Amino acid sequence: MDFLNALVALSNFVIVPAVAYGSQLALGALGVTLIYGILRFSNFAHGDTMAFGTMGVILATWWLQGLGVSLGPLPTALLALPAGIAICAALVLATDRVVYRFYRAQRVKPVILVIVSMGVMFVYNGLTRFVIGPGDQSFGDGSRFVISALDFRAMTGLQEGLAIRTSQAITLVTAIVVVAILFWFLNRTRTGKSMRAYSDNEDLALLSGINPERVVLVTWLIVAALATVAGTLYGLDKSFKPFTYFQLLLPIFASAIVGGLGSPVGAIAGGFIIAFSEVTITYAWKKVLGHLLPESLEPDGLVQLLAVDYKFAVSFVILVVVLLIRPTGLFRGKAV
Amino acid sequence: MSERIHSGAGGTDRARTVLLFVLVAVLILGTGFVQSWNTALVILNMGLVSAIMSLGVNMQWGFAGLFNVGVMGFVALGGLAAVLVGMPPVPEAWAAGGPRIIGALLLSAGVIALAVTLYKRMTPGRLRAFLVFAVVVVGFFVYRGLLDPAKEAVESVDPAATGYLGGLGLPIVLAWPVGGLLAAGAAWVIGKVALGLRSDYLAIATLGIAEIVIAILKNEDWLSRGVKNVIGLPRPVPYEVDLQQDPAFVERAASLGMDPATASSITVKLGYSAFFTVVLVIILIAAQLALNSPWGRMMRAIRDNETAAEAMGKDVTGRHLQIFILGSALLGLAGAMMTTLDGQLTPASYQPLRFTFLIWVMVIVGGSGNNFGAVLGGFLVWWLWVQVEPIGQGVMSLVTAGMAEDSAVRDHLMDSVAHMRLLTMGVVMLLMLRFAPRGLLPER
Repeated sequence: MDFLNALVALSNFVIVPAVAYGSQLALGALGVTLIYGILRFSNFAHGDTMAFGTMGVILATWWLQGLGVSLGPLPTALLALPAGIAICAALVLATDRVVYRFYRAQRVKPVILVIVSMGVMFVYNGLTRFVIGPGDQSFGDGSRFVISALDFRAMTGLQEGLAIRTSQAITLVTAIVVVAILFWFLNRTRTGKSMRAYSDNEDLALLSGINPERVVLVTWLIVAALATVAGTLYGLDKSFKPFTYFQLLLPIFASAIVGGLGSPVGAIAGGFIIAFSEVTITYAWKKVLGHLLPESLEPDGLVQLLAVDYKFAVSFVILVVVLLIRPTGLFRGKAV
Repeated sequence: MSERIHSGAGGTDRARTVLLFVLVAVLILGTGFVQSWNTALVILNMGLVSAIMSLGVNMQWGFAGLFNVGVMGFVALGGLAAVLVGMPPVPEAWAAGGPRIIGALLLSAGVIALAVTLYKRMTPGRLRAFLVFAVVVVGFFVYRGLLDPAKEAVESVDPAATGYLGGLGLPIVLAWPVGGLLAAGAAWVIGKVALGLRSDYLAIATLGIAEIVIAILKNEDWLSRGVKNVIGLPRPVPYEVDLQQDPAFVERAASLGMDPATASSITVKLGYSAFFTVVLVIILIAAQLALNSPWGRMMRAIRDNETAAEAMGKDVTGRHLQIFILGSALLGLAGAMMTTLDGQLTPASYQPLRFTFLIWVMVIVGGSGNNFGAVLGGFLVWWLWVQVEPIGQGVMSLVTAGMAEDSAVRDHLMDSVAHMRLLTMGVVMLLMLRFAPRGLLPER
């Protein structure tokens, strides 16, 4: 029995990675849920919006690195974020003007908008590959660790090490800042309140003189920012590859639906639920159990419930359970 | 938008259909004359398969308004069927762990059935939640306890050549209906869960099941050899080598003025074309009969106004489940045909943009709700998908003609030609949705 070492191993392999991944999913799911609430469709292009925004950040990072600019221990990508957000915002606003506005005016069924977003997904995907290619890009710099496993062991004298990567720390801090700003904006500012009003009851909002085009414009701006930040954090933490971003669509949608589509708080809760489930179910528990159980009971196998490749199955099963038991999601979103 | 007055529309509709199909024929024949007959036949064969896939999606979307984004998964299940039916069994692997694996699978089915029965029969409450949860968790561990050692035993049987259970060793054509059945089974499970909820939920659920099917094919080596691929599937047509060694064939080829190598590969491809054409024609006739039957009218009535149909006593969710299963079965059938055509199952080659979203482009371009439209879209979009690359290469060489040989921009542009496809398909889809949302051959 060695409770302390077990706890450290658990934190190192499960809690810290899941918190970082959960923050990334939460930011992605917030974008999906906002579009759902205001524009009333499930945006299949969201994963590729994230990829496009991240590509903007990467290009800006390379440019800054070329100029010799650096943030010291922090990745230069943070400095490049505004540029990426601006590029992404320009793209989604242009898309809205050229594509979505037409259907909005026609008041088509939501499912038509979903199909249209599929076309947009194709185009974004093609654009991203066209500019930066389909391969892996690494763009993280600065120091790699806040605490490395070695330092931690030296500090505490424990057998297990706890490593916290800079990208993980930055993910959490950035996510908290972004979410705080978002909630302040939605709850305290006039524009934010008009957005919530529009989401709750479109007709009533229009009657009280809210300009729908302005609401939509602001929504796209926020979504572009959220997508770029989420994509950049994911890219810093893991790596940037356009196809991976497309695959993030499933966990992101699962997060948004589990929390309740249209509910920002739900999106955040959903993100963490999905992330923690994915990581705990695909983690090999041998090490932690080895510390906790008496030697005679120590497991022989890896004690991994599912291979890492089945992580999509985890989001999927949670999604199915929620759909069966509570289709409106944990926080009573609007969709049934 | 393009509301036309329907007087005499029947005639123009027919003329339009014929004209567009002639265009497809010209494109494929043109490919034959300009590039090569081999290329043309490759396009034709995959076009036939694509047309069946497109008919499947059209059934779900065009007839019933169901949004399936998991086409890739159903197609891949068809591919798995080709392996399970066509490949010879591996007796050593079966001896090592076959029965245990089958036992584990039966057990998992039993556990799920038990959990579902408990959930349905018991009164809602803590006890039910606890029991269902306990059954699932205990069942999962017993299942893994049974499966894992058997799996290891099977996978260690000559892993370089086999390492899997193999198939039944039956004629591969039998795999086509089996592929349809496998896909239908998966569709039943998904439909039970997601139908009756919002349309977006079905989309996301199917997106998920497709990813899971691919993950299973990639990781369950005992079933499909995973990323080691299954190659050398048996064929319903003769092998090129055998034809080339047949003196009668060589003589006939010579009398047509062809060398035996080209002649044999063309003959083989024509053989596939004949098989696929028969299947496509049968399905198309059946789909046309279904569309124009009372059943088809009911489906469209449900699609156009669910509330009204429900008020008339139609079981909307039940009908949706039925057509969702039918459409998915077509996708599985086409998937098995495609794997037969390829002669191999390569799980890593299943990409959602190619196998899900491209099929959607076909349906939308062709005209949702119109079976001929779906077939047309299948051929036309497939031709475009294949030809965008050479066309793009030509355009790019023109664009970059003025640049220096070693210019980085030039290299980048030439490299990105491969990605023109996605961009082109996206633009084609958006343009169609905007300016001709009913497709090239609109629903009558």
